[in-house]
Amino acid sequence: MEPGLYHILTVSIALFFIGVMGFLTRRNLITMLMSLELILNSVNLNFIAFNKYVWPGKMDGLFFTIFIIAIAAAEAAVAIAIIINLYRSNQSIDVTNAEDLKY
Amino acid sequence: MMNGSTILFYTLAALTLTCGVLSIATRHIFRAAIYLLFSLIGIAGIYFWLSYEFIAAVQIVVYVGGIVVLIIFSIFLTHQAGEKLPKQQLNRGIWAMLAVFCGFALTMVQVLQHPFPSGDGLHPVTVRQIGEKMLSTTDGGYALPFEIISMLLLAAMVGCIVIALRSKPETT
Repeated sequence: MEPGLYHILTVSIALFFIGVMGFLTRRNLITMLMSLELILNSVNLNFIAFNKYVWPGKMDGLFFTIFIIAIAAAEAAVAIAIIINLYRSNQSIDVTNAEDLKY
Repeated sequence: MMNGSTILFYTLAALTLTCGVLSIATRHIFRAAIYLLFSLIGIAGIYFWLSYEFIAAVQIVVYVGGIVVLIIFSIFLTHQAGEKLPKQQLNRGIWAMLAVFCGFALTMVQVLQHPFPSGDGLHPVTVRQIGEKMLSTTDGGYALPFEIISMLLLAAMVGCIVIALRSKPETT
């Protein structure tokens, strides 16, 4: 069977929920960030698949993907700066230990 | 019948999903980063398969060359070598698995039932078209989002420097 839009959407949905699964089960900030990257990538794949198979003459999905990649890069940089700063003050990047604001 | 293109797609999809699952399942954080790397390479391969070469190149440059390297450096800064992550609670894993499975089933049912309008033929996108559209100020051009993204990147850069500067432990 020739792979089409539905196959790519299946891959994208599976990747999204793999990312959600990682986000729910992990308690380490860096691995949670990795799950977030998987989720963002599945969204990108979705945009590209729709751009190719549903509106092939336009480029809107392509530009959304470019902008999402740029925002993901900025987000990862800021998140890792925060994580390293948290590690400096807490000696741990486990989310269950980061409870300074709780009390 | 399976031709080369079909086999290539299924190989790339299997690489992406397998490495994604391994990336969230392994208890070695460094291996998780390497599996994430291969998963992102698989997605870049799918972009190549869809003949969006520019996006595939951007994916490899930004994700594989940038974000994964950043993640690996932060792992080096925050973890001892060979240290394993603590075991996950079984309870939480079961509930997360249940929620994820329900969400997956619901979304798949919705997507497979929905008839998407199918476009006609191939319109290969050249880098020249992308560049002209990105800097065009006419209706449907992307000049304004481009400028906003540049401001966002500047703000993120300044923010990272400000966060990283506060290294002195003042009130601990």
